[in-house]
Amino acid sequence: MNTERIVGKSVPRKEGRDKVTGESKYVDDMVLPNMLFGATVRSQVPRGRITKITFGPGIAWEEFVVVSAKDIPGKNCIALIGEDQPCLASEVVNHPEEPILLLAHPDRHLLPQAIAAISIDYEPLPAIFTIEQSEHRFEIIWGEDNVFKTYLIEKGSLDGIWEKADYIVEGEYSTGAQEQLYIENNGMIAAYDEAQGITVWGSLQCPYYIHKALMALCNFPAEKVRVVQMETGGAFGGKEEYPSMIAAHAALLAIKAGRPVKIIYDRMEDMVATTKRHPSRTRHRTAVSRDGKILGGEIDFTIDGGAYATLSSVVLSRGVIHAGGPYYWPSVRIRAKAVATNAPPHGAFRGFGAPQSLFAMERHMDRIAQIVGLSPVEIRRRNFLQAGQATTTEQVVREPIDLGKLLDRALDVSDYEAKKQRFAKQNQLGASKKGMGIAAFLHGAGFTGSGERYLSSVVGVEGCADGSVRVLVSSTEFGQGTKTVLSQIAAEALRLPYENVSMAQPDTLEVPNSGPTVASRTVMVVGKLVQSAALGIAQTLISSGLLREGYSPDAFRAACQQHVAKHGAIRSWSRYEAPSGIFWDDQAYRGEAYAAFAWAIYIAEVTVDLTTYSVSVDDFVALQEVGKVLHPLLARGQIIGGIAQGIGFSLYEKVVWQNGRMQNGQMTNYIMPTSSDLPPIRVFFEELGNIHGAYGAKGIGELPMDGPAPAIVNAIEDALGVPFDSIPLLPEDIMVGLAASSPVSSMGGGE
Amino acid sequence: MTDFHGRHKAEISLIVNGELKKVRAYPMERLLDVLRFELGLTGAKEGCGEGECGSCSVLMNGALVNSCLVPVLQAAGTSIVTIEGLAKRDTLHVLQEAFLECGGAQCGICTPGMILAAVHLLNAKPQPTVDEIREGLSGNLCRCTGYAQIVEAVAEAARRRSSV
Repeated sequence: MNTERIVGKSVPRKEGRDKVTGESKYVDDMVLPNMLFGATVRSQVPRGRITKITFGPGIAWEEFVVVSAKDIPGKNCIALIGEDQPCLASEVVNHPEEPILLLAHPDRHLLPQAIAAISIDYEPLPAIFTIEQSEHRFEIIWGEDNVFKTYLIEKGSLDGIWEKADYIVEGEYSTGAQEQLYIENNGMIAAYDEAQGITVWGSLQCPYYIHKALMALCNFPAEKVRVVQMETGGAFGGKEEYPSMIAAHAALLAIKAGRPVKIIYDRMEDMVATTKRHPSRTRHRTAVSRDGKILGGEIDFTIDGGAYATLSSVVLSRGVIHAGGPYYWPSVRIRAKAVATNAPPHGAFRGFGAPQSLFAMERHMDRIAQIVGLSPVEIRRRNFLQAGQATTTEQVVREPIDLGKLLDRALDVSDYEAKKQRFAKQNQLGASKKGMGIAAFLHGAGFTGSGERYLSSVVGVEGCADGSVRVLVSSTEFGQGTKTVLSQIAAEALRLPYENVSMAQPDTLEVPNSGPTVASRTVMVVGKLVQSAALGIAQTLISSGLLREGYSPDAFRAACQQHVAKHGAIRSWSRYEAPSGIFWDDQAYRGEAYAAFAWAIYIAEVTVDLTTYSVSVDDFVALQEVGKVLHPLLARGQIIGGIAQGIGFSLYEKVVWQNGRMQNGQMTNYIMPTSSDLPPIRVFFEELGNIHGAYGAKGIGELPMDGPAPAIVNAIEDALGVPFDSIPLLPEDIMVGLAASSPVSSMGGGE
Repeated sequence: MTDFHGRHKAEISLIVNGELKKVRAYPMERLLDVLRFELGLTGAKEGCGEGECGSCSVLMNGALVNSCLVPVLQAAGTSIVTIEGLAKRDTLHVLQEAFLECGGAQCGICTPGMILAAVHLLNAKPQPTVDEIREGLSGNLCRCTGYAQIVEAVAEAARRRSSV
């Protein structure tokens, strides 16, 4: 019998038809009777004490609903990990665009004028804007030392390694903020009635994060808060934590107005006020032997968290655990910290700290290669983690991964060696130069360390009256294919046709808390729970005598119908249990950081135009081991989409800051790649399987974000012979870098 | 009632998806808002409101326009096609089918505009090369797909149309 009929096949996307016909309903497509439109009055200064708020003339203020911090029934905070971020600033503001007041009116055209008519006076307070200013404590803006969180990972001893080393290689690397730039801006609708409490509908990733935040904000019991996800037009982490803020604002307005309120951000508000990828700085100091082996080293990883703690501690955690890359470190000391600045809080974005620390690691490997006199290929080969060896957190690699073999295949399909030789010759002539760059990396799936145990996710599967099956999870669809793949898993487990399985829309009234839709955990962790909950339905039917083992789909349908007619809906629940033998020490930051890692080798081919200094990526090979690929079409789509964002991160997307505020909050001047900008992206999978994931799957959502930046910047160095250690790397940066590196400046040439 | 520019609403006629529609709207109101809020055609999306992203793309007399940049008065008397006008009852347009099969839609927010841009492209160039597809869709931003499966969908639709 074929045991895997549905997983592994590219079945039609569950909600695909509605998406191509325009029938899908996103939050801005929804209208409630009597609905008002809400807007947010925000801080114009990076840090200050609010001294006076004036409602100016020319506005019929009596028509507006106005909410301030005083209207908050419960705690004035957006409850997340900590409770330091206010919902509305009342006395002081700590970053530009911090929310202060909320307005609502039936005519949305009147809101911009009303916002403009409100003037807020501040007593300015000194502000800090960079990691360095925060570290030097020019001003203490958070806690006692501006530090949200630190981690220390120590493996082995560094005693004597610097003396033993043939080479000591140092480098400093940095990455910039990056906007998620989902095409659907953030938005929420809230409605309130005394009996049912507050309901919000919105564009979001994590229904239960919002549920928790609204309970604390409104001082409501769980049953008086309902969160419903609408179709969501992209998220990438950008709709992980900030939607709690918008939901809170819409809820406060709806409670005060006694009418439903819709808040939809426009593009500029979304870009300047909501979260971005954390800017980072990484320092490496590595002891290396003559034959290119890493003996040990120190890594210092620092991220800029913005003005409030929000998710910085967990972003830092993923970043620090990935900082050593897919290499064997006999000894290492990794220090990490997240610091405060007076910018809007930085937050979740695909990769979640790992793209930052892996950029540094992979640039540093090329630097080591150069100093030791080995090729980028050889230096990696000599240091790859092998099965049976331990990572920096002393997690033993138990799967039979062979990174050397993975590298060989990537070199082969990219025609790396031949091209490198050819380019070395061609580059001596001509106004453009070509190069090849490699990135080797890994990405852990699921929450870090004890995270999954704390989450303790619950998944439900329901047998319905018509004999079909419905999956109940809070895991959200926002393009990745959650609905499709979880349906495949349930269908596979029950040996039913894919069409017989449907997904409940995430609605906290209906679905259990299966955890947030983040961290590449949905298919691997939630999928595994769906698999076991689905089996529970069959067991119920079999033990009730209505169904026999080896049943047909028709028999299942009939049995399910009968059972539901007699006893009501059948529901089967499954709760996460940590696999045995998984050990994590939160104090020492040591142990099994992730139940599984995906592994990858990416190779970029670039051309740098020496007239315009623009870089084009000409070819991109992405080879990854991701366990079992459950849906080849969606998996390939995830990888290519992630690489496109990674190319943007490397070469296009630059947030221009001034006093903590993004100055280029438009698609006109914050540039993401278009269809004409991207190379052919060639995707290859290796499938080793994974005992912890549904049908052997690992997480893949974030992985493709990690590799493009170092692969591309390594290729640029290969083309130009000049190192660049900071991204985004725009043509003007390359121009400056080249000018600085040549003994006789070719710039300005007239003097 | 006057609008924020002090002007009055006017009655404007236009043909939408083959049907004559009369709407009362401010002349400078955006075609996008009239389609979405007056006519209930929410398939066109607002991504940026400044003509950069193409999510609000519709066809106006066969030309591809960003409906966020078109004052509705300018659309008076024209024929507009939105995503809702492509499928014939239950039969999807060949591009809608190809987008479904090739993975051209992920989160779906750019999809209506992207499909209309592709309709426009194939009307002008029934058998485009890959570069022509990439160029033809470059006014429509997609953050999910990296475009490859969209380009493949358009190529597939062109193939199917030519083989009919």
